[in-house]
Amino acid sequence: MSAAVSTADLSDPRIPLRAHLRHTGALVRRNLLWIRQDPESMFDAVFMPIVFTLLFVYVFGGSIGQALGGGQDRYVQYVVPGLLAMMSMTMAQGVGTGFNQDFNSGVMDRFRSLPIGRGSVLVAKIVVELLRMLVATAILLVVGVLVGFDITDWGGLAAAVGLAVVFGSGLMWVFLTLGVTMKSAQSVQAMGFLVMMPLQFGSSVFAPTGTMPGWLQSFTDYNPISSLADAARGLMTGGPVAHDLWLTLGWSVVLTAVMAPVAIHKFRTKS
Amino acid sequence: MTRTDNHSDGGKPAVTVRGLVKHYGATKALDGVDLDVREGTVMGVLGPNGAGKTTLVRILSTLLTPDAGRALVAGYDVVRQPRQLRRTIGLTGQYASVDEKLPGWENLYLIGRLLDLPRKRARARADELLERFSLTEAARRPVHTYSGGMRRRLDLAASMIGHPAVLYLDEPTTGLDPRTRNEVWAEVQAMVGDGVTVLLTTQYMEEAEQLASELTVIDRGRVIAGGGIEELKAKVGGRTLRVRPLDPAELRPLARMLDELGITGLAATTVDTERGELLVPVLSDEQLTAVVGAVTARGITLASITTELPSLDEVFLSLTGHRASAPQDPRPADDREEAAV
Repeated sequence: MSAAVSTADLSDPRIPLRAHLRHTGALVRRNLLWIRQDPESMFDAVFMPIVFTLLFVYVFGGSIGQALGGGQDRYVQYVVPGLLAMMSMTMAQGVGTGFNQDFNSGVMDRFRSLPIGRGSVLVAKIVVELLRMLVATAILLVVGVLVGFDITDWGGLAAAVGLAVVFGSGLMWVFLTLGVTMKSAQSVQAMGFLVMMPLQFGSSVFAPTGTMPGWLQSFTDYNPISSLADAARGLMTGGPVAHDLWLTLGWSVVLTAVMAPVAIHKFRTKS
Repeated sequence: MTRTDNHSDGGKPAVTVRGLVKHYGATKALDGVDLDVREGTVMGVLGPNGAGKTTLVRILSTLLTPDAGRALVAGYDVVRQPRQLRRTIGLTGQYASVDEKLPGWENLYLIGRLLDLPRKRARARADELLERFSLTEAARRPVHTYSGGMRRRLDLAASMIGHPAVLYLDEPTTGLDPRTRNEVWAEVQAMVGDGVTVLLTTQYMEEAEQLASELTVIDRGRVIAGGGIEELKAKVGGRTLRVRPLDPAELRPLARMLDELGITGLAATTVDTERGELLVPVLSDEQLTAVVGAVTARGITLASITTELPSLDEVFLSLTGHRASAPQDPRPADDREEAAV
């Protein structure tokens, strides 16, 4: 190459924080408009909590409730906080599939050719998914109360929801990374399912772990979903909280700190 | 500040590319491309599928990083100053890069906001551009209900929101019907009239002739020819006149006569016996008239006479000696759009 081209100033100023917020806001609006155009995309958030609550309470509620030393009403108190944890994970998984589809559309090229931070596209996706998660949580609580869930501590309830949101957003970075890296939405979904099933069922979400074999118990004890479920349970219905609360917050911080930079980097360099 | 050895006359360079290389494994999508586009001009990048056109545009719009070489757009380096560069460019891809699920207006408003326009100005700009691209009536409808031409127009409007200094049009009319193609051409010509510098990639000689003032022909990642349209046309023989005498027996005598007259300058007259046609390359309207005059003077009855621009294939044949539609070479995923023609 000859010296034909030269530039004196090669600085490239950073994007100010306020601009990041503005860009994220504009992209959140975009994703909310999607929901308005396509209300069916809210089906999962609306019906999943209804179906799961009814299924678990009426199918397993009687027998597991007995084992817990009560009846179906005893199980309702047990499973509603568990379902809160499950919802956090399932909604987080959806963000990967949705983002993969979005990524493969031409509009992503336009976003990436605009002077905006790469993170704002991803953060906007997470904000909208958290809003969907809150809708699902509200419906879960309404259905829960209808089948007999007893809200004793509103402050604790709010804290449990907050914890689920924090954990969910950490987990979303994992699924966003999958969404950016994997080739098709189907493979993201299949991968998400493979990760989800053992984590959800191999946990204290649906049933106490006391009767599980030892090797499984050691898995469920370290399973972050167990920690979230147990922390939510303590916060919503009383009982020990501190250990699981810190564990869940720890997981959330680690997931975000590790996976957010990875997701943004993958998004930036994907061609 | 930018300084270039500009071999073209006058005009500040808007795009300068030197020795650009991009590999995908063993495939060289770009193999040392040089390119200069002067401010306010339209540069047509002509090439067949897989020639590297899309890769070039993707590098110049910071979507891809080159493996070697340099590229400056409006004085900004594609690798080292991507944020500033992105402020000065507009991009229109082969596939309308607009959000299908959003209404047209929302698409433009969103991009206005992402380009840091205040709410009020983003709104006004969206209204203004919809008006200009005759989309006002469809403003509130989701884009997936638009026709192909409407989508391209919205895509063009979206590229214009930030008043870009340089606009990339990556095969803007591929897949459109002729009428819609003319619409898009008219819009592009209007934008060029406003002083935008345009880098246009196309597979159609006709499109290049309509829109571009200069051409760069690329093939297999290399520049194989460049210059003004007229210059290039002269190289490849301008238009082709297809003459079909009523009596096929007249074909050969007619060909011999035209060769003897020496009207056609560069390429020789060829005979297509299968279709009973004489293919006469002509460089100017005068030559065309002279050929018709000679045929008439001989008193031959003609079944048909038509002129056509050289196809990309013919351009390639005369420039490289091989056909443009080369055997399907393994192309990188990023050029996959080019395959969807």
